[in-house]
Amino acid sequence: MEMRTAFHKRLREIQNDILAMGSMVEKAIMRSIEALKNRDLEMAHRIIAEDQKINEKRFDIEEKCIQLIATQQPMASDLRSIICILNIITELERIGDYAEGIAKIVIMIGDEPPLKPLIDVPRMAEKTASMLHRSLEAFVTCDTETARKVVSEDNEVDALYDQVFRELISFMVEDPKTITRATRLIWVAHNLERSADRVTNICERVVYFVTGKMEEIGASKY
Amino acid sequence: MPGSSIIEVKGLNMWYGNFQALRNISLTIPRHQVTAVIGPSGCGKSTFLRCFNRMNDLIPGARVAGQVLFDGQDIYAPGVDPTEIRSRVGMVFQKPNPFPKSIFDNVAFGLRINGYQGNLAEAVESSLRRAALWDEVKDLLHKSALALSGGQQQRLCIARAIAIEPAVILMDEPCSALDPVATLKIEDLMRSLAEDYTIIIVTHNMQQAARVSDTTAFMTMEEDRAGIVVEYGPTSELFANPKDKRTEDYITGRFG
Repeated sequence: MEMRTAFHKRLREIQNDILAMGSMVEKAIMRSIEALKNRDLEMAHRIIAEDQKINEKRFDIEEKCIQLIATQQPMASDLRSIICILNIITELERIGDYAEGIAKIVIMIGDEPPLKPLIDVPRMAEKTASMLHRSLEAFVTCDTETARKVVSEDNEVDALYDQVFRELISFMVEDPKTITRATRLIWVAHNLERSADRVTNICERVVYFVTGKMEEIGASKY
Repeated sequence: MPGSSIIEVKGLNMWYGNFQALRNISLTIPRHQVTAVIGPSGCGKSTFLRCFNRMNDLIPGARVAGQVLFDGQDIYAPGVDPTEIRSRVGMVFQKPNPFPKSIFDNVAFGLRINGYQGNLAEAVESSLRRAALWDEVKDLLHKSALALSGGQQQRLCIARAIAIEPAVILMDEPCSALDPVATLKIEDLMRSLAEDYTIIIVTHNMQQAARVSDTTAFMTMEEDRAGIVVEYGPTSELFANPKDKRTEDYITGRFG
């Protein structure tokens, strides 16, 4: 017999909030790369403005968690779930900042001519967004297998980052006039690489929530 | 020495007439620690607690099988005097039950019965100090114990229990009749008493068990309503990451 329906309902609401926040962040990443591809400064400004909403959402969720801890004395998996949520929102907020960072780089680039067609950077963004999406799904479905799989996919993002890095270095070596533009693209790729690492942290927290064990699952190359 | 075990329960079964109240309980109680027993109403927590000082002997039809070893000696072995056991395993009850006597006489009661030869006033003061009550009652020692507040009465009962220097103190819901501040005082007291005594507490209040104990036993009842110990281990482990689903369901309120 369920004894704490009101409490567990509030906990489920927070889990839904996490999904909502996750989708805001996912969108921010994808849009930042759209803005980069299309030189869409207006969208870049919008991403920066919307990061504020992501930050607010994070505080909103954190506040709800604090209230549940203070008033409901959660135990066992309920407690681990709330601790996990507090960690996840920190990671999400930071990934949001990386997307905002990319938007700022887009504004810096302005209408400079493109250095090269963007192929690997959008791939990194897609991969990262997909990892993020599945990490949160793993959380709400208590699925450690998916969480571990997502962590293992971080290698692919790292490999793409390697490739982008090497390619851009070769541009710079060939023609020093490209250094500014190439460096900016490296920053973009770097932000995506960091975002994927943050997703692996989320996955580690999912494993903790489900199993009660804290472990580092996969060490990123970067 | 701390860290070792003081009581070992081996295959304990207990019946009230034909009704089996406890089934197959085996565990060891660590010395100088606080051990909490939690579980739903009617699961046999208090019955289990009363096995540690043979209080169930007083109930007609009560019968015990298995062993309760106190420092290696079975307290249910033939020839063991239950009164002797109770002087080494003291008890504090749900409702404070001071004698209708002065504060001093309450604490001195057990000492006098046992023919205490030392300085009675010093022994009373020492017990009241250890029960964190001395400063509040030192000028009222010859006033009636019944004039004290509920929380003070409960600490007086603790002072009375420790005056005869037991090794173990059993507490059966010691705070359920107290307000939150008095409750926190008793909890604080339990922590300091654990330096010198072994404490076993039965509580309905999970948060209290989590706050005050080093080790927790979760009990529940089987189909025939016999009480069993489902999970027993370090308190931090049991409340953060219980091993058994029945424990998880109980402490998260998914089963009442």
